[in-house]
Amino acid sequence: MFAYILNRVARAVLTLIIIVSLAFVILRMSGDPAIMILGPEAPPQAVEAFRKAWGLDQPIWVQYAKYFGAVIQGDLGNSMRDGRAALEVVWERVPLTLAITVPALLLNILIGLPAGVLAALFRNTAYDRLIMMVSVIGFTVPSFVMGLTLSLLLAVWLRLLPSGGSGTVAHAVLPVVTMGIIGAAVIARFTRSAMLEVLGQPYIRTASAKGVPWSQVITRHALANAAIPTMTIIGFMVGSLVAGAVVVESVFSWPGVGRLLVTAVANRDLAVVQVILLLIGFTMVAANLAVDLLYGWVDPRMRTKTATAGA
Amino acid sequence: MSVVSEPLLTIKNLTVEFDQGAHFVRALHGVDFVIERGQSIGIVGESGCGKSITWLAALGLLGSKARTGGSVRLDGQEILNCSDRALAHLRGSRIAMIFQDPASSLNPVHRIGRQIGEALRLHRGLTGAAAKAEATRLLDRVGMSNPAQRLNEYPHELSGGMNQRVMIAMALAGEPDLLIADEPTTALDATIQAQILELLNNLRRENDMGLVLISHDLGVVADMAERVAVMYCGRVVEESQVDRLFDAPRHPYTRGLMAALPDIDGPKRRLKAIPGMVPPPRNLPTGCTFAPRCDHATEACASRVPGLRPAGAPRHRAACFHLEDLPGGSRQPASPAQQPVQETV
Ligand SMILES: Nc1ncnc2c1ncn2[C@@H]1O[C@H](COP(=O)(O)OP(=O)(O)OP(=O)(O)O)[C@@H](O)[C@H]1O
Ligand SMILES: [Mg+2]
Repeated sequence: MFAYILNRVARAVLTLIIIVSLAFVILRMSGDPAIMILGPEAPPQAVEAFRKAWGLDQPIWVQYAKYFGAVIQGDLGNSMRDGRAALEVVWERVPLTLAITVPALLLNILIGLPAGVLAALFRNTAYDRLIMMVSVIGFTVPSFVMGLTLSLLLAVWLRLLPSGGSGTVAHAVLPVVTMGIIGAAVIARFTRSAMLEVLGQPYIRTASAKGVPWSQVITRHALANAAIPTMTIIGFMVGSLVAGAVVVESVFSWPGVGRLLVTAVANRDLAVVQVILLLIGFTMVAANLAVDLLYGWVDPRMRTKTATAGA
Repeated sequence: MSVVSEPLLTIKNLTVEFDQGAHFVRALHGVDFVIERGQSIGIVGESGCGKSITWLAALGLLGSKARTGGSVRLDGQEILNCSDRALAHLRGSRIAMIFQDPASSLNPVHRIGRQIGEALRLHRGLTGAAAKAEATRLLDRVGMSNPAQRLNEYPHELSGGMNQRVMIAMALAGEPDLLIADEPTTALDATIQAQILELLNNLRRENDMGLVLISHDLGVVADMAERVAVMYCGRVVEESQVDRLFDAPRHPYTRGLMAALPDIDGPKRRLKAIPGMVPPPRNLPTGCTFAPRCDHATEACASRVPGLRPAGAPRHRAACFHLEDLPGGSRQPASPAQQPVQETV
């Protein structure tokens, strides 16, 4: 078990190093920030001064080394727009994003899991088909279309909710519902197929054959096994708690991290974009690590496999 | 339990049909079995002949896609198509079942002790220390070393043979009157296979337990069973006491199976497999389903389905129109000229 944990943590750290490096590479490759910020008509002296001020005149690997050292010390630079610490600029938006993504995630799980399990148990009935139809809609319709449709329906026509902005709970309803439906559809599909896969396994037949009543076959034998693949998708969604709201925040003018990312990219505010990319990366790695550790706890096969492989 | 004169299990005209969307396809065409208390019966036939579904149907384990008909009586009581709750009481406690692939037949996320304990709780009301003690005893009985320690292990930590022993211990937990062993050794290597079969045989004698041994290997059945039924395409095509069947097989299909049996005494020889394949249930030939693969088939064979009829000895029956004109007597290898010879290891 210890070897398993060590293995997973080491992988998480490696992934983080790659993410930090990628954030650097991608942003440097996308163009000259000095020109982007100052505009193509800026006088050469101004561009020169800007480059010097931000260290952009040094060789790329020096920039990388400095950047990496700074990241490790938690220094992520200042916003090129207003000079405040980029981390601070991003951090103050995080609660706003979580305010809509966490309720949405709860909605995803509370609706998606039972819907998926029931769809599997009532496979090929009208109920199953209904759930899967709704789920296909949630799965295939892009979130901005879903958001705009809901907004049109509930805000513009029925005038029940504000169509955008922030400040009250009512403002949060549309973004939460939009993400809630989409995520629930994804979880329902995954849960259904995980459950169907498990229900077809020989050990389910064994349980029935030894006299376990069907309800207990589900609760004691099927669910624990179906939970293993389902955990992956839920972990992925937890990992997207920060990044998952970019589109929806833009559609509903919700001032969270997602919207900040869109404006920062438009403004070529390198430091801020970098911080957001890193934050997204960190959340995903953390969620992944959590899922891996949960795996080890739920699935006994995982523990021994890696333990013997590592030994 | 009061009706002593009734056989333990009586299966009459059992049919199984599977829902294939547009229509139902019949996979079992009315089979009859009678099993007395403590009796052992072997079921043989190639893959897809309906050996498994017969017994899964009897226990209501085929799921909602299957439609079953006929009658299955346990101590004279009809159990076919009973409610799932009623059947759950019988499963494991009156009739237990073990399967071909022991590794995937055990729940991968539960410890061995928990899986056996579940059967003890359901059928004998044992929990806690009592259940643990009994589970340990059962594991010891099926020949596992360190039984107390095994309780805390998971199926993936055990070998296939060990897992099959666990399956058998779990089946014994409910003290059943009948054990259905569906190819219990197919997935195991030869030494382990022999050990498991011997274990089953001993347990059966000890507990006066009936045994249905399903196998596609006539040799396995020969050592274990008192009676043998040969199945083909969802029907019983020959049934007899085991000695008689081996001395004087009457159905061409049974003879084909025997020709494919390695000769233990004689020198290693090339084995003759029956040419052709078992047709799927949705695509059965008319008349005798074996006719297209049979050397003795005539036009009559394609017109009607032969029923089981006496085959020259008490309680020996076979379903073939040509019982009388086939050469009688003992094992008769089909002529090599007519059958493709296939190398078997
Ligand atoms: N759930 C099912 N749905 C549709 N057809 C099925 C189902 N289960 C079994 N069958 C079909 O019924 C026939 C008999 O199957 P069965 O499992 O009884 O064969 P078997 O004699 O046990 O073969 P094996 O030696 O491979 O176990 C096969 O043709 C199989 O394809
Ligand atoms: Mg089978």
